Amino acid sequence: MSSDWPLWEVFVRSKGGLSHRHVGSVHAPDPEIALRHARDTYTRRMEGVSLWVVRSSDIVASDPSDDAAMFDPAADKIYRHPTFYTIPDDVKHI
Amino acid sequence: MPSLPPIRPEDEACAEKAPGGGAFDAPAPDDNGALFDYLLRLGDDSLVLGQRLSEWCGHAPSVEVDLSLANMALDLIGQATFFLDYAGEVEGRGRDGDALAFHRDVLDFRNCWLVEQPNGDFAQTMARQFLFSAWQRRLFAHLAGSADAQIAAIAEKAVKEVAYHAELAAEWVIRLGDGTEESRRRMAEGIEWMARFVPELFEADDVVAFLADRGIAADPNAFRADYEAEVAAILAEATLPPLPQQRPILGGRRGHHSEHLGHLLCTMQFLPRTYPEAVW
Repeated sequence: MSSDWPLWEVFVRSKGGLSHRHVGSVHAPDPEIALRHARDTYTRRMEGVSLWVVRSSDIVASDPSDDAAMFDPAADKIYRHPTFYTIPDDVKHI
Repeated sequence: MPSLPPIRPEDEACAEKAPGGGAFDAPAPDDNGALFDYLLRLGDDSLVLGQRLSEWCGHAPSVEVDLSLANMALDLIGQATFFLDYAGEVEGRGRDGDALAFHRDVLDFRNCWLVEQPNGDFAQTMARQFLFSAWQRRLFAHLAGSADAQIAAIAEKAVKEVAYHAELAAEWVIRLGDGTEESRRRMAEGIEWMARFVPELFEADDVVAFLADRGIAADPNAFRADYEAEVAAILAEATLPPLPQQRPILGGRRGHHSEHLGHLLCTMQFLPRTYPEAVW
């Protein structure tokens, strides 16, 4: 039964040159079957040209309770965006 | 009370042409009939197995497996549509794939015994799938080079689908065979039951010989050794005993079937036969 099987996260590359994107997850007993289940579940309508599966338990995720410390400090660093800077008119090729 | 009419010389000449001297068999095909008959075999194999697999819909061990089985069923029914539409064209009596699939009786079906076998448990279904798809994959690989352009085109598209079926089924044979005590027992039983229907796959009768001579059909014996080697390798990897040699059961290609096919057709044909004008 699928409840006995570990969970795998599925990533699909929709076409050559694009990055793999997370599309969902499947249950499967091992990596090979996980790949086949991902194929049968998420690429039935020509959604992709390449598949990755990663065991969900192998993913290291940020803790939602740390959100403030992790992400809020970036909120006021507008100088990290290129649009913060004005480019002098005599600078070419940028 | 009138007696039976006398048997005339032309009646005898007609009876002479029947194969097996009037045995309860389908009539021997003539040239065009051979192609029609061969297309029915190809189409019916895919159609009947597709219908069998679709019986799993909503019942598989997990939603992912449910999708795997439904995907295979859809591939097979797609192949059947191509082969049976073409068969109807060759026959030239105005029947299309739907007419052949839904308005034909059990004795006129030409599929092999293996595909009509009941699903049993998941292991038995996968045993059947492995033994069949490994064969069908090789058949289609050969038919992709058929002298008949339409057969070649259908086979070329289908061989990719079937290659996936064969690989997926082999994965499950290995996992269940080399799994728990229970899964091993179930897979061994599945293989043991299905093995008796394998020799039929390699039967090359007059129809196959006739069309193979013309480069249209594929003689399955050309890939028998290759097939047997793969089956042996997968069963060994699954730590299962080799394919048992049993008394072969033959006859599907001549319209002799197990009791199971009639029940399958009852379910499959019920709607279009009861409501012939029904549309989606």
